[in-house]
Amino acid sequence: MVFLIRVQLREDYSNLIFYLSPLVAVALTLFFGSFIFLILELSPIESFKIFFISPISNSYGISELFVKATPLAIIALGLSYCFKNNIYNIGAEGQLTMGAIFGGGIGLLLNDSTSVFLLPTMILFGALGGAFWATIPAILKIKFNTNEILTSLMLTYVALFILDYFVVGPWKDPAGYGLPKSMPFPDAGRLPVLIDGLRVHIGVYFALIICLITYIIYNKTLFGFKLKVTGLSTKASQYAGFKYKNLIFYTFIISGVCAGLAGLFEVSGPIGLLYRDISPNYGFTAIIVAFLGRLNPFGIILSSLLIALTYLGAEDAQLFLKIPSAVGFVFQGLVLFFLLGTDFLNKYKVFIK
Amino acid sequence: MQSIVEFKNIYKAYPGVTANDDVSFNIKEQSIHAILGENGAGKSTLVKILYGHVKPDSGEILINSDLAIINSPSTAKNLGINMVFQHFSLFESLTVAENLILGMNENISLVKLKDKSKTICDKYGFNLNLNSPISSLSVGQRQSVEIVRSLLNNPRILIMDEPTSVLTPDEISKLFKIIKNLVKDGLTVIFISHKLEEIINLSDYVTIMRNGKVVSTISTQNEDPETLGYKMLGYKVSKAKQVSDINFSKDIFNIKNLSTQSQDPFTINLNTIDLNLKKGQIFGIAGVAGNGQKELMEILLNENDYEFSGDIIFKGLNINNLSTFQRKSLSISYVTEERLGHSAVPEMSLSENIFLSMNHKSEFKKGDFINFEKINSYASDVIKNFNVDTPSYNVKAGKLSGGNLQKFIIGREILSNPELLILSQPTWGIDAGSEAFIKKTIVELSQKGVSIIIISHDLDELLEVCHQISVLYEGSLSNPLNVEDINITKLGKYMGGLFD
Repeated sequence: MVFLIRVQLREDYSNLIFYLSPLVAVALTLFFGSFIFLILELSPIESFKIFFISPISNSYGISELFVKATPLAIIALGLSYCFKNNIYNIGAEGQLTMGAIFGGGIGLLLNDSTSVFLLPTMILFGALGGAFWATIPAILKIKFNTNEILTSLMLTYVALFILDYFVVGPWKDPAGYGLPKSMPFPDAGRLPVLIDGLRVHIGVYFALIICLITYIIYNKTLFGFKLKVTGLSTKASQYAGFKYKNLIFYTFIISGVCAGLAGLFEVSGPIGLLYRDISPNYGFTAIIVAFLGRLNPFGIILSSLLIALTYLGAEDAQLFLKIPSAVGFVFQGLVLFFLLGTDFLNKYKVFIK
Repeated sequence: MQSIVEFKNIYKAYPGVTANDDVSFNIKEQSIHAILGENGAGKSTLVKILYGHVKPDSGEILINSDLAIINSPSTAKNLGINMVFQHFSLFESLTVAENLILGMNENISLVKLKDKSKTICDKYGFNLNLNSPISSLSVGQRQSVEIVRSLLNNPRILIMDEPTSVLTPDEISKLFKIIKNLVKDGLTVIFISHKLEEIINLSDYVTIMRNGKVVSTISTQNEDPETLGYKMLGYKVSKAKQVSDINFSKDIFNIKNLSTQSQDPFTINLNTIDLNLKKGQIFGIAGVAGNGQKELMEILLNENDYEFSGDIIFKGLNINNLSTFQRKSLSISYVTEERLGHSAVPEMSLSENIFLSMNHKSEFKKGDFINFEKINSYASDVIKNFNVDTPSYNVKAGKLSGGNLQKFIIGREILSNPELLILSQPTWGIDAGSEAFIKKTIVELSQKGVSIIIISHDLDELLEVCHQISVLYEGSLSNPLNVEDINITKLGKYMGGLFD
């Protein structure tokens, strides 16, 4: 007896389920996540409380939630341009790093500046750095038709090594006891916080503004229309007279700018200097955020908050449950897995024959 | 003769439309049974139910008097039912042989399969290179692959959805011979067509459907095209009438010495093509599929900067290097051979599909923003003026039947007041009602002074609407023939490459 799994395209692909499937994925993640706690001999209900509720039960926690959600949302919003266009830029982590190097570099070079223009200049260079790093896979794709998944990913590691070079080399803090970190940015180069004593910073406003602009671009403009058409059918896009190569270029630049901004906000906001581990994989996690938010700008804001919670939960779980914080990544992975699963089952019928 | 298939009270409804309403009729073993009807009459749904592709809401199918529960195409294949679809399901990047092996239910080695396919090809005269990738084949050749693929499964019942629409008269008569031979060997063929003459020539029986219901099932013996057409439509088909005594004077569009020197073995090189089109003239480019139509259309559209030598001149302006967008802006309009995924995006609404082709027009834009109000009213105009059967312009293009979508696309282009309209296979695979409407529209458009080029494999269509016809053969274009001087022998010679 041979059991064959058959897959068949559904004719009545549901739009409603498409938008509901993130909720289904989250529910399934919680359900199967509880088994992880059971295996670790922990009470699932207590654990979930520590994981998902206690981290945001005070103002500090909520501020931290926004601190984590801000870079995720900004990067994911940028990535949604690429993904809508069927361009798989998975190198946001590298673009983020380059943004931090460029923008942070300005902060270090003008170390004694007190000018109000320092921070805007850093932000500008952060955006430029991200854009610069995204331009490379874009041009490789346009000129040589290379696979952007590979090039953008590989460039991430290059960017991380460049950061490494600077923080152990030319930009190492002479008063830093030999640690691989730069000296702190001047006060004029720090991102203002929203509430004194908390870390939540004005990056939140940027995230919301980018979200609104993205919504308008997707729904009201010719550029958004081009992305939509090209994502659905390359041939129709040619028929419409759209230049695919231009779209590749622009979408890479936009996602690079967003990742670069997020990187600069991290170093000039919560961190305050440059060192090796400026990002707990925000650039990669943002891919999950973008898809969980259905590439819809408002959806991305919601999903960024949810995924940010897994970061906080993981920290609390490490503290109070004595389990590795990698459990946070397990939950992120589960969400993505179930999301892809529900999407697949919505699109295809599967049966065993 | 015994019935091999019995449809009993088949009922299938989609939201808002009943596709099959109490459909019952029998198909006799070893017969050729045609199913005739307008678009939306429910023919496709019915055969998809038989092929296990669509589940009926109620009703039964009996195969050889036994109740058959056909859940999937593979169940259907196990019962000996095979189908050649109107829209092909081939993998573009794989070769012909690889596509053929994918359709096989039994395990067979590629070598054996090639032998077997070659036998079938030789026997029936399919002109296929088994090692060519599908992407290099014309529509006609792709269909041959589909037919061969079905024949490889040794079916007892073969369903063919509009199989002749891309074939030349010669190929059609060959195909009919094949079908008749296969039926002699025991096969039953179910044949969907809207070509009335074909049905009478080929089939033994015909079931006429209208609005999801069976009008009648009759023997074709005592029918002629007119009576059949009347039964199908419920009214008489009016033929487009081409007024030919116009004095054409003003040059609109010229192609001079157009040649290509592509190294790609899978493309046809065009060879010093000359074409002269006057204002208000309809010019037909006939020829068997795969003789350079694809390449010529590619150059006329210029979507991919296809390399060529020679000149293309529109109203005195050399447009060689102008992009698709720029050419559209000069009021040249295009209707491509493929509807879904080329001249329309199935997942987008009709309104959005308007903007797809009209985004060069400033009236639909406010700076970088889209003016949806204007687009929606334009879409309404297209739907109203071109008899597009749809509840609203918010419906996704993929939900429309082939004929309706084609009317919508052609209407979209015409309403933009083009000076030159280039159409490729404008009536391929659509129902007789839409076909007649489109032909009539094209003729009326030319009378308003619009110049039109039609690239088509359908000779009847070209003879009906064009003023002049040239034949494309292996990349060369024949001298133009005035339609009133054409006789079929001469055209046949031209289609075989024997130009004057």
